[in-house]
Amino acid sequence: MATQSATAQPNAHHQMAATTHEVMIHAEGVTKTFGQGSSQITALDNVTVDIRKNEFFTLLGPSGCGKTTLLRLIAGFDLPDAGQILLDGQEIGHLPPYKRPVNTVFQSYALFPHMSVARNIGFGLEMQGRPKSEIKNATEEMLALVQMEHLAGRRTDQLSGGQQQRVALARALAPRPKVLLLDEPLSALDLKLRKEMQIELKRLQGETGITFVFVTHDQEEALTMSDRIAVMQAGRILQVGGPKEIYNNPARRFVADFIGDINILDGELDAKGERVILPGGVSIGALLPEGAARTGHVSVAIRPENMNLTAADAPEAALTGRVTNIVYFGAGHNVHVALEGGGEVLVRRAQTDAQIGAHVGLSVPDAVQVLVD
Amino acid sequence: MAKPTQTPATVASPDPVPPRRRRMKDLRKQPGFDTIAWICLFLLYAPIAVLIIFSFNDNRSVVKWTEFSLRWYKAAFENEGIRKATLISLQVAAVSTIFATIFATMAALATTRVRAFKGQTLAYAVINQPLMVPEIVTAVSTLAFFGIIKQATGINGIGFLMLAHTVFCIPFAYMPIRARLEDMNLSLEQAAADLYATPIQVFRKVTLPLMAPGIVAGGMLAFVVSLDDVIITLLVAGPGETTLPVYILGQIRRGITPEINAVSTVLLGLSVVLVSIFFLIGNNKRT
Ligand SMILES: Nc1ncnc2c1ncn2[C@@H]1O[C@H](COP(=O)(O)OP(=O)(O)O)[C@@H](O)[C@H]1O
Ligand SMILES: [Mg+2]
Repeated sequence: MATQSATAQPNAHHQMAATTHEVMIHAEGVTKTFGQGSSQITALDNVTVDIRKNEFFTLLGPSGCGKTTLLRLIAGFDLPDAGQILLDGQEIGHLPPYKRPVNTVFQSYALFPHMSVARNIGFGLEMQGRPKSEIKNATEEMLALVQMEHLAGRRTDQLSGGQQQRVALARALAPRPKVLLLDEPLSALDLKLRKEMQIELKRLQGETGITFVFVTHDQEEALTMSDRIAVMQAGRILQVGGPKEIYNNPARRFVADFIGDINILDGELDAKGERVILPGGVSIGALLPEGAARTGHVSVAIRPENMNLTAADAPEAALTGRVTNIVYFGAGHNVHVALEGGGEVLVRRAQTDAQIGAHVGLSVPDAVQVLVD
Repeated sequence: MAKPTQTPATVASPDPVPPRRRRMKDLRKQPGFDTIAWICLFLLYAPIAVLIIFSFNDNRSVVKWTEFSLRWYKAAFENEGIRKATLISLQVAAVSTIFATIFATMAALATTRVRAFKGQTLAYAVINQPLMVPEIVTAVSTLAFFGIIKQATGINGIGFLMLAHTVFCIPFAYMPIRARLEDMNLSLEQAAADLYATPIQVFRKVTLPLMAPGIVAGGMLAFVVSLDDVIITLLVAGPGETTLPVYILGQIRRGITPEINAVSTVLLGLSVVLVSIFFLIGNNKRT
């Protein structure tokens, strides 16, 4: 391992510099299991991912899919069973946490209860042996950054949840790490505060230029905040992409299902694999992700807001059916339509004059996403 | 065939809610509870009350009250035998408390700040052995063991008594320290390591200051236990190593005197103060 990193390091750095996006964290074939024998759990299964410099990167997935485990491997609290992790081109898999230029915001905040707010924030720099004046300046700067100047002398157990959150952030940012790891940092906050902190975190990421790796099981949060999202399931990364790509072009059935509402329809790819024929016989463009079938029977995904209601005999009606229910939810209406050939789809419109029981047509986009199961 | 899928806009945390504790039937509502409670409290505290009251009696009798006075406290204070025994008790308790607390701290760290290991239960049992073996057995075996060593080496002295006290004080010091460590979230130490603290710095800056109340509590408990011990001390102590409880025992053979009441009251007061501090620290730890 040691020789490998010694030779790979300088070259890797130059190669990366040549590409448009410099890589900050490169994980390659990372596997981590817990327990033994029949009770063994594979928390991470051969995970390979690149996290770029200066990006807000989110690990999104249901509870137990391995998000925390991946963060802990990057931070150094656990060691991988297989695979390697490179930080800024350097192999760090063997380094203890205190030698990695990576800091963590813990879900429980983990503020030191026997130290003031200011000492908490200065702790990292103090441990690095920085001069007193530098620690003082950096602490003040961080207090200002998270708007906590007036509470510098407080004990941390006298702070509200939101304030503790800010101190935890300032403490992790103060040593200017290369990467900041955040494990569901907002899950303990109430909705209003959570929305505020989402914006705040995004601002801090922009102002500091530090790479953020953010963990959440909340898809809305992930879509709001991230530059890129990795969707995880059962120890694997299923898809990595920008929020719009993840939302509009989910490559896998799980990704489509996990994020928002989506209609999944059966279809048949044509001979060239360029168009897909929907149940009603209409053919539309097929967006094929990597690993998808090139011919035959496939599933396609269409977001409810990308469908529209038309007259049943309109030329643009790709599907026809009967309205079974209309649910108003404030920002719009969910129109449930039972399809002619069986099954039901959801159409989301801001305004609608549809009537329950009416025969309607449904228009679909020019091209639809084909899913890998 | 088409299939719509709907997931809620925000996926709620699927973490399971901890099961509610079953509510116990209120014991205090049971018939006869109050009566039994009062009888128990009376049996517990009446003798102590008698001891304290008659220590202030201006009379040689320990059954007939005449008048309030502090003469027996004065007499006890001026009694050469009591003074010497007190000094020895304090010396033994101080030395054994210090060593027992150090060992207990190390044992508590070794049993809580490591990965679960095989034989962990056995380790607890070994550390707590003095609590489980009848004290008289420990006393006799220690006496025999020390006898062999003394004969082989020719070394004598109060050090043996201190060593014996150290050993049986360890579990008492260990329990509160371990409880404190188990209460302390491991993520604080991880956070320190994450912020560039080496293992030694983590211990000095985070673990030790946070476990300090547990160490103080453990030390106080050990001190009280050492101060009050009779059986092991009686067998292990050499000539001239009479501790206060052993001295009191010796005097009582010749009949109870108010002087002994006075000394016992002082000993009781000291124990109560230390144990109260112990509980205060214990209750504070959750903040
Ligand atoms: N220390 C551990 N010992 C045993 N199993 C663990 C441990 N840590 C995590 N796991 C298991 O690994 C899987 C992934 O856990 P985790 O990374 O915490 O998931 P997430 O953060 O996505 O909710 C889960 O099945 C969990 O039970
Ligand atoms: Mg987690």
